[in-house]
Amino acid sequence: MLAIRLEKLNDLDEWRGKARRLLAAGMEPSQIVWRTGSDENGLFEGGDEMLPTPDGPVGTVPRQFMELAAGVIQHSDPERFARLYRVLWRLQKDHQLLSNAGDSDNTDLARMASAVRRDAHKMKAFVRFRSLFEGETERFIAWFEPDHYVLEATASFFARRFAGMNWGIVTPYASAWWDTENLSFGPGGRKSDVPAEDAVEDDWKTYYASIFNPARLKVSMMKSEMPVKYWRNLPEAENIAPLIRNAKAMEQDMIERAATQPPAHHMRREARKPEPQQIQEITSLAEAREAVQSCHRCPLYEHATQAVFGEGPEHAEVMFVGEQPGDQEDLAGKPFIGPAGQVLDEFIEKVGIDRKRVYVTNAVKHFKFEPRGKRRIHQRPDGGEVQACKFWLNLEVEYVKPKVIVALGATAAQSLLGKASVTIGKMRGAPIKMEDGTVLFITNHPSYLLRIPDAEGKARERAKFEADLVMVREAIAALEKTP
Amino acid sequence: MVALTLTRKLAILADAAKYDASCASSGSEKRNSAGTKGIGSTEGSGICHSYAPDGRCISLLKLLLTNFCIYDCAYCINRSSSNVQRARFSVDEVVQLTLDFYRRNYIEGLFLSSGIIKSPDHTMEEMVRVARTLREVHLFQGYIHLKVIPNASPELLAEAGRWADRLSTNIELPTDTALEHFAPEKRPAEIRTAMARLRGKLDEAKPEGKPKAKPQKFAPAGQSTQMIIGADAANDSAILTRAAGLYSGYNLKRVYYSAFSPIPDASSKLPLRPPPLMREHRLYQADWLIRFYGFDVPEIVQGGENGDLDLAIDPKLAWALKQRQSFPVDVNRADREMLLRVPGLGINAVDRIIRSRRHHRLTLADVARMTASIDKVRPFIVTGDWSPGGAIDDQRLRQKLTPQPKQLSLF
Repeated sequence: MLAIRLEKLNDLDEWRGKARRLLAAGMEPSQIVWRTGSDENGLFEGGDEMLPTPDGPVGTVPRQFMELAAGVIQHSDPERFARLYRVLWRLQKDHQLLSNAGDSDNTDLARMASAVRRDAHKMKAFVRFRSLFEGETERFIAWFEPDHYVLEATASFFARRFAGMNWGIVTPYASAWWDTENLSFGPGGRKSDVPAEDAVEDDWKTYYASIFNPARLKVSMMKSEMPVKYWRNLPEAENIAPLIRNAKAMEQDMIERAATQPPAHHMRREARKPEPQQIQEITSLAEAREAVQSCHRCPLYEHATQAVFGEGPEHAEVMFVGEQPGDQEDLAGKPFIGPAGQVLDEFIEKVGIDRKRVYVTNAVKHFKFEPRGKRRIHQRPDGGEVQACKFWLNLEVEYVKPKVIVALGATAAQSLLGKASVTIGKMRGAPIKMEDGTVLFITNHPSYLLRIPDAEGKARERAKFEADLVMVREAIAALEKTP
Repeated sequence: MVALTLTRKLAILADAAKYDASCASSGSEKRNSAGTKGIGSTEGSGICHSYAPDGRCISLLKLLLTNFCIYDCAYCINRSSSNVQRARFSVDEVVQLTLDFYRRNYIEGLFLSSGIIKSPDHTMEEMVRVARTLREVHLFQGYIHLKVIPNASPELLAEAGRWADRLSTNIELPTDTALEHFAPEKRPAEIRTAMARLRGKLDEAKPEGKPKAKPQKFAPAGQSTQMIIGADAANDSAILTRAAGLYSGYNLKRVYYSAFSPIPDASSKLPLRPPPLMREHRLYQADWLIRFYGFDVPEIVQGGENGDLDLAIDPKLAWALKQRQSFPVDVNRADREMLLRVPGLGINAVDRIIRSRRHHRLTLADVARMTASIDKVRPFIVTGDWSPGGAIDDQRLRQKLTPQPKQLSLF
């Protein structure tokens, strides 16, 4: 029997160095006992002096084993070194051992590593520093009792987090110290080595008690996340019992305390408030633009971001009317800024229509969509929605008084013609005289051009769209000649 | 009037914040104070530093800058007509409290909200000043979450996103009608416009392809919102439809559902009863199914009755029990989408099933090892050695799978 002594409780390199030599010498796991600190050797055990030297070649281990071992070595189970050595030994013969989910050595190591991870996580959460002035220097000292030997590996987290602070964490087995530049480790200590109180602790307890909502009491949930064993070092924990005890009464009090007379400052403010404005008649484009934001004429307002009103000069000669704002238009509150808007701009410029004389708007002012994951899929507005929104389009036509209106797509054409259905193919290519004297052209919505998959079809449709816009340009030009 | 002590203010302004459900401190960029004279770090996943007896994690110092408010929202303890005691922190007091608490490792950072005083811009500016002071003067690297005042100016929102890890704008209630009824000063369109602006800023800050210049940082942990459940009459279908619209429109990280809790001195418009905690829980489950499991709102709601989720069983099981014709599912052949719809199989279990079945045909015991709840799964699957037979059509299946009511807590 060989007793191997380790200086440190949780030093992977130390264990690894000795394990390699044991492995090189072919020492079977059953021949070795691992000792740390004050463990005494048994009567018939040889010590480290019997460690075979020098190093011989040893086999390799999967990286996964070293990662696992880095955690397991911090576990408080005295068997951890032997268990690691046994798995190391077995790995020499069975390289796939770690992927065998049913092997008990394997599951033990995984369980131990996970317990260590949890303990380290709880340490990050439940360390409570207390401030201590040593002359001019403020230091922050904490007492913490981890279940496992996690201090050294976890201390770097505190060094990163509290870089500009002088701190120490004392545990029963070791302590960690940071002086704003270097991390060092020392011997363990006792709770009494750490200040017994802190000036801010009462405020913390006040906060803890105040943020608790007694109407939502869930004690078992709290206990599973904040196990009772940690409570003795958490200053706020002394509040827990009274808070739980009084929760029912506090909740009852919240429910029963019905509204009382509002305070005077509220009454004064109410008195100063202007009477709610009556819905006034809309007398200008600017008023319509404002009023459309509170439009409830159809249910679309509820899920759209905002109403998107038309844009352009107040007395534009030509008005383009699309179907409805899309995703981008809805977010920005401006019409025709998305991909279809870019196509429209491209053609307006191409055929030589002056952009400054164009007003663009939509038949429906709110975006209609179907949510799908992180995207909103455009939905065509129905007849009722188009009909409801006609009110706003009429106002725009009334105040802008365009001489030429271009309906982009069937929805716009339906709205402007007041018809239930319109076939673009039949109605495009010629001006339509409207009752009020304006000239209406009907063509495709530019988004249609974006959806054509084949190059040939696309070129054909783009040419037709261009031809339609050329007619619009001619119509505007004709207006100039006949004032 | 006698001046309030800082401790008293803390009691009032933390109490005023306790109705807000959100407290996450995860999902931000990684940063720390190494090499600075400051303090603070975020390492991606948040840390819960304590838990209140309501089971909720305390990760952030959640405070109101003030509970004075010119708005009169019926559901809010801080509404102007409430007789609650009022207090107001100075910017420096909040900064000091945050640093004091952070240095002692009580918190991950600050979550600051506020009643609206003077004007939305004034209030937002004060909150931004807290965050700016923490970052610039004290080199604070911890987590900061700021509540957005909906109609504050776009410039203030842009600055808020520069200092904060997360911004949130509360939608408050599931329907516009309810909001107009309960919160007459709030404009639903303004709330959505604020979210749309944040989304625009978040999109801008996202590097696309090979950016020429590094885009300016903006709220790296994204935006979230909160909705109060049970104060108005909206059913679960309306709530989830609203949430789906918000997720798709504004790229929200989270929608928090906060069961309406009775408040002292409550407005007579409100129900006087304990919060519907189970309903809140079911909504979170449904929300999860929509975001990660490929369900859509109408499907989820099908599992319940009249647009409300089933309170007795989880929404996936409820859906499956009404869609029995789609089951059993052969775990050795079904596609990922369908496996995700099996009650009791989570994303991890489904991934494990798909990995393992490439090597060998799975047995019921194999599946049992991959999930914590094989009893729930069994009636809905077929494996190499198992078929549920008629179990899927058993009229009592629902009853068998419904958890038995537990003895109520003595507390």
